Amino acid sequence: MFMVFTVIIVSAIIFAMSRVQGDPRFMYLDNNTTKEQWDAWGRQMGLDRPIVVQYFVWLGKAVRLDFGQSMWEKRPVTDLVMNRFPNTLQLGAAAWIFAVVVGLPLGVLSAVMRGTAWDYLGRTIALFGQALPPFWLGIMLILLFAVQLEWLPIGRKGGPDHLILPAITLGWLAAAGLLRLVRSAMLEVLDSEFVKLARAKGVTPWLVIWKHALRNALLVPLTYSVLILSGFLAGTVVTETVFQWPGVGRLAVQAINTNDFPTMVGAVLFATVLFVVANLLLDISYAFIDPRIRYR
Amino acid sequence: MSKTVAAPIGVLKTADRSLISRRVWTFLRRWPVLPCLILAVLAVTGAVPDLIAPRDPYDAVLRQRLRPPAWMEGGSSENLLGIDHLGRDVLSRLIHGARVSLILAVVVVLISAAVGTVLGMISGYYGGLVDDFVMRLVEIKQAVPLLLVAMIAAMVFGQSFTLLIVVLAFWSWTGFARQVRTEVLHLRTREYVLNAKIMGASTFRIFSRHLLPGVSNVVVVLSTLLVGSLILTESVLSFLGAGIPPPRPAWGSMIAEGREFLTNAWWIATFPGVAIFLTVVAFNFLGDWLRDYWDPRLQQTR
Repeated sequence: MFMVFTVIIVSAIIFAMSRVQGDPRFMYLDNNTTKEQWDAWGRQMGLDRPIVVQYFVWLGKAVRLDFGQSMWEKRPVTDLVMNRFPNTLQLGAAAWIFAVVVGLPLGVLSAVMRGTAWDYLGRTIALFGQALPPFWLGIMLILLFAVQLEWLPIGRKGGPDHLILPAITLGWLAAAGLLRLVRSAMLEVLDSEFVKLARAKGVTPWLVIWKHALRNALLVPLTYSVLILSGFLAGTVVTETVFQWPGVGRLAVQAINTNDFPTMVGAVLFATVLFVVANLLLDISYAFIDPRIRYR
Repeated sequence: MSKTVAAPIGVLKTADRSLISRRVWTFLRRWPVLPCLILAVLAVTGAVPDLIAPRDPYDAVLRQRLRPPAWMEGGSSENLLGIDHLGRDVLSRLIHGARVSLILAVVVVLISAAVGTVLGMISGYYGGLVDDFVMRLVEIKQAVPLLLVAMIAAMVFGQSFTLLIVVLAFWSWTGFARQVRTEVLHLRTREYVLNAKIMGASTFRIFSRHLLPGVSNVVVVLSTLLVGSLILTESVLSFLGAGIPPPRPAWGSMIAEGREFLTNAWWIATFPGVAIFLTVVAFNFLGDWLRDYWDPRLQQTR
């Protein structure tokens, strides 16, 4: 229930901002229009009514996924966003896989082999992930792998190899965060009684680490990994700009740069709703991972 | 972290040199020397960029356009890190950019720490409806896609330094509010706070004399960590064209400009990135160190 409220608040903020810009008619009409034409447009767009009413009319349409027409493309905004979304989803999924494949095993390794080379490798990756500007990382990857070595394409849409650089760029920060979380959670769990018991019973170290310990250390990292996936869908703005990836993030940036308000509002609300829904799914998935929560 | 490792006997016997290097190493591990060094350099360059920068950062000499760094062929020792696409000295712009980034980060941290701390303290101390309200605000903020909203704001109100401060402060006060609230929840049931209340101390006095000192460590640690992420966020916004307005040198916009000249002039985009990286690493290290130093208990919260 509160989530709906959140989305409404965000939509109100965005709507208010779009009106601070001034009368939307200035965008469509030039100086040669007569007073009658001006008023007719106003009536047609509902601008003669109070702003609060305008907001609710707009919100009512938005609930039915009707954000109006894009100003320049002359297509419904929902179409545009839905057209782009598979690309963003693809990129987000690839980056998420990268983050998990790098972050999870390295996190476990650096916890189990604390103080060894693995640990330092893990911590270095985490350090770079947290302090490198993501767009700069993308640019450097392009410079190294696409321009200098010519191993990989620069980005844009294409075969699976086009996904590699953008996915690394997007996923690195998340991999770093995941690594840190897994590491600290594992360190804690490895110290607990039931792990010691499992060890004492003679369970093989491999099984102790990957089954007994990891399963119990996974709750916080799981939270985080869902958060990063939803964060990706909003955070792809930067990566998509650097790699000219035709996703929702770039759509939003283009809309902002061309003053295309309907598209912009649609894209931003879309990102917000995705984030909220992902959080809801997360809360539900807790119950599956940790049955204790169900009884609260 | 600073687990003392028993030195292998063989190493100690072989040479005193290794003992000295070991001492230096432990010293470096125990105290944040390197981060402080980086930050000191940054603070000095930020304070008096005009004295240090070899050239005016706005000074465009088109004749020298895209001149490479000094150590490369065709470079000149006058322009250590080369010249950008408009004929401006990269090093000078970096130095002046440090000032912009630092001022921005410090102002935002001051505002958001003040707002976040006060709201967090009120929220934690009174609980109930006030608490609910503040925490709902925090949750709403989390659902707002910061980058997009910042870009829209920049487009609607026009790019400006003030706007950037407002947007970033809006983005960062919640971290303080949450942490301070958690701390106050612990503090308010402590004996000395209860005693002060029984003695008839005013609410303001309890807040300022009894609660504030208790949360100051958390606030300082968070502030230090926040500076790093603010510099990062500012650079992202500048890169997207929603940050510091163009003629002013900023690290993020330098990278954005240099992107188009990547193939023939890599130095324009590379050095600002290195500067951001070093700065953020320094602040993160210092923040982590402060946290461990004051309150190892906090380690798990972030």
